[in-house]
This record gives sequence, structure tokens and C-alpha cells, in this order.
Amino acid sequence: MSDLNNRLSPAAGTDAALREIKPEILERMLEQMMTIRAFEEKAEELYALGKVHGTMHLSIGQEATAVGASNALRETDYLLNHHRGHGHLIAWGSDVNKMMAEFLGKETGYCRGRGGSMHIADVSKNNLGANGIVAGGLPLAVGVGLSIKMRKTDQVVMVIFGDGATNEGAFHESLNMASIWDLPVVYLLENNQYAMSMSVKRAFKIERLSDRACAYGIPGVTVDGNDPIAVYQAVSEAAERARRREGPTLVESVTYRWRGHSKSDRQAYRTREEVKEWMARDPIPTFGARLGKSEEEMARLRAEAVKRIEEAVAFAEASPEPDVSTIEDGVYA
Amino acid sequence: MREITYAEAVREALRQAMEADDRVFLIGEDVGVYGGAFGVSAGLVDQFGTERIIDTPISEAGIAGAITGAAMTGMRPVGEIQFMDFVTLSMEQLVLQAAKIRYMFGGKATVPFVLRMPGGAGTGAAAQHSESLESWFVHVPGLKVVAPSTPYDAKGLLLAAIQDDNPVIFVEHKLLYKQKGPVPEEMYTIPLGQSNVVRQGQHLTVVATSVMVSRALEAGKQLAEEGIELEVIDPRTLKPMDCGPIVESVKKTGRLLVVHEAVRTGGFGGEIVASVAESEAFDYLEAPIRRLAARDIPVPYNKKLEAAMIPQIEDIVAEARRLVKGEY
Repeated sequence: MSDLNNRLSPAAGTDAALREIKPEILERMLEQMMTIRAFEEKAEELYALGKVHGTMHLSIGQEATAVGASNALRETDYLLNHHRGHGHLIAWGSDVNKMMAEFLGKETGYCRGRGGSMHIADVSKNNLGANGIVAGGLPLAVGVGLSIKMRKTDQVVMVIFGDGATNEGAFHESLNMASIWDLPVVYLLENNQYAMSMSVKRAFKIERLSDRACAYGIPGVTVDGNDPIAVYQAVSEAAERARRREGPTLVESVTYRWRGHSKSDRQAYRTREEVKEWMARDPIPTFGARLGKSEEEMARLRAEAVKRIEEAVAFAEASPEPDVSTIEDGVYA
Repeated sequence: MREITYAEAVREALRQAMEADDRVFLIGEDVGVYGGAFGVSAGLVDQFGTERIIDTPISEAGIAGAITGAAMTGMRPVGEIQFMDFVTLSMEQLVLQAAKIRYMFGGKATVPFVLRMPGGAGTGAAAQHSESLESWFVHVPGLKVVAPSTPYDAKGLLLAAIQDDNPVIFVEHKLLYKQKGPVPEEMYTIPLGQSNVVRQGQHLTVVATSVMVSRALEAGKQLAEEGIELEVIDPRTLKPMDCGPIVESVKKTGRLLVVHEAVRTGGFGGEIVASVAESEAFDYLEAPIRRLAARDIPVPYNKKLEAAMIPQIEDIVAEARRLVKGEY
């Protein structure tokens, strides 16, 4: 962690940057971080209780990246995200009731119980889906960017992917195509330092993953992914550049996954000390303190978030399962 | 009616679709000034410009992703994969993204694209430029698969595919590009999922796809001189397949021969055979069902070997004669 500061792009997430953000956005980001944490902890609990049919990928510890990035975009923009995607959707403003219902495989879920945790898609809000294939969303972003350019709107598309995806061939094809055509794409590399068990230290010969941007002739920045202001600032600049039709940007947001990759993970590839060190940098209290929140205010916000999630669970549990007679719905249009 | 080539028919469909609908565009390798590796898109860039006739880097996964992402956000793209073999590099985007997005998202997203690609051997291009991989796509729920065998079908099916709201794999054939046939000048569509009985006869039903349709018709002509009348059926759309006319035909002839260029094992022919065997036509069969397909080998370079791998007119004649005469 100590080497992180050396990798960061200068001046990201300063107090000056914070003062430029509207207070209601700062408040929303803190609330959303609380909601994400509460959603993920509840998801883990439901799983432990045997109420979840599939698997899940928890983003506890990565909340700042999700809220910093999503709040930097407009409602009309597009989002493609990845399998560890609950946080992205909450930050995007999606309905936790429908998310929880999808997680529990219910008809009232975003995908009518067909997608589950890994494929939640809030299409009505221009979220084109969480993706279960590492780097699967990257080529799609080229098409969305192309479509925006051809329809001549001022939208942008943000595609969120991990350090693992950065070593897929699709990363190269996507960044190259978006850069040669100056497409309005924001590439958000959510570096949580592990591709399942493979550490970035073993999977890359470079330290700053955003250095890869230079191969495509586009800007690359690395920010502290546990600081929502730094992420917000970097994604805002990338989105503005995209809206000016100057092309894509690669934003690397360095954060840390507190939990295992999924529920089968015994975490033999990292030390408890390392995990503890990052847990001590919990982005939520850090951001609360930065906003001048008292202990009481933080406790109140936390309680509200937990209540929202309890309500979501109640909604999901009361919802019907999909009817088997509808099993073939939606294969074809 | 005027006659144009299969390649010209595809081009005319593209031109008319793009004139009629601003959301349609063409994207692929060398489709612009070069005109496509087989000249299919020649001249289109002059009419529509580089914004709608888009040359890509050699990035097949990128092409598949580009049409999928654009289709999800309001466009109706047509992609081109230069040789069907290269679609292997696009498979993740096609199979795991394009085909599944609608279902995975609870029916709330639509992916209306066409991905064109020339398959087939016979040009001496050897093992990596001659594949017939259509059955891979038939196996994937969410995709439609079309394989036109004539210029008329190529135009009508391509226009229908572009109007379809699903991802459509459009399999052209290199040997057919220069074949001429009657094609109306106006726009018309041939509905996807409709078989075509291209020759009527009472002795043997031959189901043939793509380039094998014209070979089956030529075999039918030769056998007619011996008094053997083939009924030749072209499914045209492999998925969804219209099995009804095939079943009806087998009930009439009592015999079925399936002919395709792809290798036999796991080929589309097995699906036709199974569908007939499961149908009421089973009780009408007077002979074993047979398949004529490519041998289970990579496509060889040598001209004699290449021809020996793939069903030719004389192979169809001989196999049909055996089935009708009971010499199996």
C-alpha cells in the first residue's frame, strides 16, 4: 500500500476538488456507500442462511470507486459494468428492491430472475448490464460509443472492468478501436489488486496499469480508488473529454477487495495482515470524516441504509418466483 | 427479370437497407475503399461515406462487440467477418454476449444485428480460410442462422435479417458470389424460418443447404434422365428451421438424403435427420436416412483432395440412386 502514493496522478481528490462538488452530490455519495455496504453485508448473510441459489461477488471495500464514478456521469449516459457489480448499480441510482429480488431469483427482479447477481441490468436507466465474462463489456463499449457518435448525442458510456480484464485480448481491441475513432468511452479500471487469486504484482510487469493508455494515444490516470472525490474528479474529466469528442480515457482506480473472490475462496494467496491494513483504510468513515460527519450522523446514516436494505429483502422475499410456463420468454425478440 | 450475381444481390440489399434506414451501417475489415475481400461492398463507401461504411482494424472480437453494443443502443448494424473461419475470434462476444443478453436481462434488451460471413471451401484457401461452421451457431439459443443459396434468396433474406430484432448470423458462400440469378430490383423480404421446395419429385427428398442446393438440382437433372425424380428442399434459415415441408416431403417420397458442406460429425444434417426421425414421417420411411457431408478432416489445399473431401454432384447422384434403388 505504501507504494500506492507514488503511482497516483497528481492533484486528484484534493480538498479544492471536494469544494467544487455540490453538497447534495457529496451527501448522496456517502449515503450510497452506506447502502452498498449494507446491501453487500446482507447479501453475505442471506447466502450464509442458504437463501441464495447462486454465487455472488462482494464489493465491500470498493464502495468509493462505485460512487465516485457513477456520480460523475449524467442520467442519460450508459454504464457497462462487471460481475462484482452490486455497488455500481446502487451508485447508478438503481432500485435496491429490484436488485435484491433479482439476487433472490424473483420475478420482480431486474431480470425477472433470469440473470441473478452476476447479470443485473437496469436497462431502463441505460445500464447495459453487469457482465459475467471478464472483459466481456469492453468490446460492447466500442459499439455503444459508435452508436452515440452516429446518433450525434452528447452521451458517454462508462465501462467498468477489473485488473484481470486488463490482461484479456478484448481490452486491447476495445481501447484501440475507441481511440482511433475518438469514441466517447470512459474506461474505468477498477484495480482491486486480485484477479481471483492472481495478484497484480504477478500479472503485470508495470506498476501503474494506466500506463497502458499510452499505447493507444489516450490519457491514462491512476487515482486512489478509496477516495470518492479522486475517482469523481478523474471520471468527470474523462467524461468531459469524451463529450468534447476528444476520445476515451483510461482511469485506473486502485482499491481493495476485502472479501474473497466469491464464496468458494479460502484466500490462501494473501495474508491477513494485508487485508487488515486495507480494512484500516475503510473508505466510508474516511469519507464521512472528510465531510465533517459526527459519529452520531454516521450511525444514523448507517441505520437508514440498513433499513432500506431490510425493506428490499422484505420486498424480495414477498415476491413470486418466475412461473415455469414463462421459461422461454425473452430468448428471441 | 434481370440477372445479377449473388455478391451484387447482397450489395443491393445493403444499399437499399441503408437508404431506407439511417440506423443501418456496415462495419468490418476492408469493407470500405477495398470493397471487402470478395468485393461485396464495392462502391458503397462512395455513396454512404466512411461514417456508415466503417473499416476496422483486424479485431474480430471488437467487430462483434461493436455491432452488439450499437444494436443495444438503437442502431441496426451489419457486421462483416472477412472469412467465416475468423469468427472463431469473435465467439465470446457472439455466444456469451449477443445471444444471451436479451434472455439474461429478462427480455428487456434488444440486439438487432446481422453478422455476414463467407464460409465454404473450393477456392484452394486450405484449412484456415474454408470452414463451414454454421452448426456452432445453430447450437446457441438466442441467435438466428441464415444461409442463402441463390442471389434471389441472398437479397430477400438479408433484408429480412436486417429488419429482424435478433442477432442473425448470415452465412454466405464464396463459390456462390459470382453465380447469377434473377433478382427483383425493388426491396423485398423472404421471411426467416421458411424452407423452400426448389424442385418437386416423388422418389427421394434431398435437403441441401447453401452451395449444395445447386449441386442437388444438377443431380436431380441428371437423375431425371433415368426416371428418378428428386424433391430438393432448401431450409434457407437453419435456425429457426422450418421442418414442416421436409416432413411432408418425406411422407410423400419415403426417402431422405441430407447434403451439406460442413463436416459430417455434429453437422447441421444430424438435426434435420433427428427432426424427421421424431416426426410422423418416420412411419413412411422406405429406406435408411442418409447424410452426405464433408469428411471429418480439416480442408486440404490440394485441389483433388479438397474436392474429394466435399460432396460433389456425382456423389449426390450416386447416393440418391442407391437410396432409390434400394442398394444400400
